[in-house]
Amino acid sequence: MSRTRTPVVAGWFAGDEDDFRLLGTSCSACASVFFPREDARCRNPGCSGGHLVEVPLSRRGRVWSYTDSRYRPPSPYVTNPELPWEPYALIAVELEPERMVVLGQAAPGLTVADLAVGMEVEVVPGVLHEDEETTWTTWNWRPTGVRT
Amino acid sequence: MTDDVAVLGAGMHPWGKWGRSFVEYGAAAARTALTDAGLDWRDVGSLVGADTVRGGYPGYVAGATFAKALGWQGASVTSVYAACASGAQAVGVARAQILSGLADVVLVVGADAAPKGFFRPAGGDRPDDPDWQRFRVLGATNPTYFGLYARRRMAVHGDTPEDFAQVKVKNAAMGALNPNARYRRRVTPEEVAASAVVADPLRLLDICATSDGGAALVLSSMEFARRHGVSEPVRIRAVSTVTPRYPSTVLDLPDIATDSAVAAEPAVQTFRSSIPRAAYEEAGIGPEDLSLAEVYDLSTALELQWYEELGLCAEGEAAKLLREGATAPGGRIPVNVSGGLASFGEAVPAQAIAQVCELTWQLRGDAGARQVAGARVGITANQGLFGHGSAVIVMR
Repeated sequence: MSRTRTPVVAGWFAGDEDDFRLLGTSCSACASVFFPREDARCRNPGCSGGHLVEVPLSRRGRVWSYTDSRYRPPSPYVTNPELPWEPYALIAVELEPERMVVLGQAAPGLTVADLAVGMEVEVVPGVLHEDEETTWTTWNWRPTGVRT
Repeated sequence: MTDDVAVLGAGMHPWGKWGRSFVEYGAAAARTALTDAGLDWRDVGSLVGADTVRGGYPGYVAGATFAKALGWQGASVTSVYAACASGAQAVGVARAQILSGLADVVLVVGADAAPKGFFRPAGGDRPDDPDWQRFRVLGATNPTYFGLYARRRMAVHGDTPEDFAQVKVKNAAMGALNPNARYRRRVTPEEVAASAVVADPLRLLDICATSDGGAALVLSSMEFARRHGVSEPVRIRAVSTVTPRYPSTVLDLPDIATDSAVAAEPAVQTFRSSIPRAAYEEAGIGPEDLSLAEVYDLSTALELQWYEELGLCAEGEAAKLLREGATAPGGRIPVNVSGGLASFGEAVPAQAIAQVCELTWQLRGDAGARQVAGARVGITANQGLFGHGSAVIVMR
């Protein structure tokens, strides 16, 4: 039986491979961008408040910083306690057009040794975990020009 | 400028992993602070409790919980929560009650009983809660954020893991002298370097533990202090509990992203540097007036960050300040002579109160082997989840 692919949070990203994008919202009055998406009201205190419309975020950005998780994070992060813990890297990425930093897990196989502050990375589809019925999908950051 | 309030008493229950209820630690700290102040609990008109989210319902109503444990005597109670800044908010509320004339004597209490391992969000599926999101989607524990900040400092300012280790070495040496600290053993740079990496580039000994502990202060009006026979008390001169200004451009716990600065220019100062700045302005002093500082060293690298945010040195020069010994005992501006979180571990709602306890003892000249000679002015600095910061300036 094939699993259903379900985003870990609805509405935060969409698309496949080269079309994959993080989705934020943008204020129609002041152009502020929000990720995670703000759907109720613009949070810029100097804005009179416009409509919030969905916008894809830039695919590429530069590494603001990075780290990794050498120990198993607690719930609600889902892991299989039967399996040994496999550390993964986390990357904070500066998106120049949006002037914001967005955190994400690094694509599988990448370690902190592969990363440097200022390096160009791109957003790619990723899998957070799988259970019997569902493949829970997420976003990953990956250095540009690398296929893992 | 506002008026001062007097610190009549300070008390702590030692930090550790004692396996008992937070109520016990808080009540013990409160009794010690009352004894220190020479006051009976029944003389207290108001109690402000700093909440814990780890003690069930009694933790959410900490003011009443501590009042009941001390013995109901009719005092007004207030309970506040502001993550790691809860203790300073409790001090801020107590001060406001005193300065407005609503209370003469206020008891401030915070205590926690911490779980083993990482802090984790409250139970249940809450996709709208940023604290749930960061764990569910990224597995981003608190130390991973500390790791991001540390790596950024290495890349931008050239800090090294050896610099970070030196913060631990300095603080552990002071903690060894503090009977209230949980870790009372000196640590070598080699021991830091040999400890396991938790969140690259930070190792176990770079990151503060989670602890049990309790701290309390007895605050009063200056007039009450005089009537009570204390003519020159240690005084709280300023309390800052400011929030960020949009757009906040430094990734803060528990957020997955910063604000976007595309529509509004960020303030010249970062949020963290605006926290002590507000306290300096209220007190009418600057960093050059300080005798010592207690800062929130959730990690060794974060202590260095605070040097810059407090204005002890220019941006990027914190490691140099550390290497020169300026922040060690006997230096120009000793930092974390209590031993800091490195020696205590964090007991969340008690920690910002404990920082003020240390300044109180230092300014009275009662800090024993940790005493900073001639200490007259001290500042605390702290930052917690969800846009909470605090700084308290204490003077003699």
